[in-house]
Amino acid sequence: MHELSIALNVIRIAEGEADRIGGRVSAVHLRIGALSGVAREALLFSYDVATADTPLAGSRLVIEEIPVLVYCSRCDTERQLPSPQLFVCPVCQSATPDIRAGRELQVMALEMVS
Amino acid sequence: MTEPRLVQVRQNVLKENDLLARALRDRFRAAGVFVVSLVSSPGSGKTRLLERTLSDLSDQHRVAALVGDLATENDAARLARSGARVQQIVTGTICHLDASMIDRALAGWDLAELDMLFIENVGNLVCPSSYDLGEDLRLVLMSVTEGEDKPRKYPTIFNSADVAVITKIDLAEAVEFDDAAAVASIEAVRPGMPIWRVSAKSGAGMPGFLDALNARVPRVAA
Repeated sequence: MHELSIALNVIRIAEGEADRIGGRVSAVHLRIGALSGVAREALLFSYDVATADTPLAGSRLVIEEIPVLVYCSRCDTERQLPSPQLFVCPVCQSATPDIRAGRELQVMALEMVS
Repeated sequence: MTEPRLVQVRQNVLKENDLLARALRDRFRAAGVFVVSLVSSPGSGKTRLLERTLSDLSDQHRVAALVGDLATENDAARLARSGARVQQIVTGTICHLDASMIDRALAGWDLAELDMLFIENVGNLVCPSSYDLGEDLRLVLMSVTEGEDKPRKYPTIFNSADVAVITKIDLAEAVEFDDAAAVASIEAVRPGMPIWRVSAKSGAGMPGFLDALNARVPRVAA
């Protein structure tokens, strides 16, 4: 489980931004892809543990999960995969190795209160 | 109480690691070092394969290895018998290597003295997938004793690696390994992924493995 390392990185980014713009962080919005290697529940737990006794204590971590998006060359369009266990176009059933989204691991925004 | 205001950030959580990995990759390229990393679950045979690879390659290339483990320097001691330069990275409680550990482990090394560097990650099929180490080629190993559906259980690591290596093929028959099922499982999560097969113990597949590795090394114009 490496979610604690990830949570510490998230906190460092959020604190850096908060210092720059001023104010207190009430929520951190994070985007995690189905292929990011990060588990939502473990990250939420780690975030609460890691923010204790920091200026971010009590802030919420809001996670947006991004499914895998692939390009299907046969359909000539992007398709969302129902699961990362099967890289097959859900419409035409051909193999789809071309990943267009799903690896995200990004701090998207902060909710600030003054 | 005032409404919270939303401030856009849009920053990669692993940006620092990614930047450091990029800097490492630039250093390796500049020094002409080809870097191969190995990931797998514990016990898939990373160290055994690396032992054999280091000794088999040492007459053609100047090779070295970094080896990550939670504890002990046993693997480095095993690998050092090949005569190659080996550095253990003991991660303590950390379940993966990251770019800063590679950077620190290489302090004092003259990369110009090397042709190939191998990095053995901590045995783990989850956490290493998120961390770029600056390598040119990432091998994910699965042994015939592990169950053919491992790729479907760990699609992320198979998508972060370049080649799947099926190891311990000398045991395939004894454990009734179903090669077609393993291939189907790899294809399901990573269509078109190259698959190599090897036994470091019997030597089966070793010449092909080494040829395939050599073929990936960019030829530098003199």
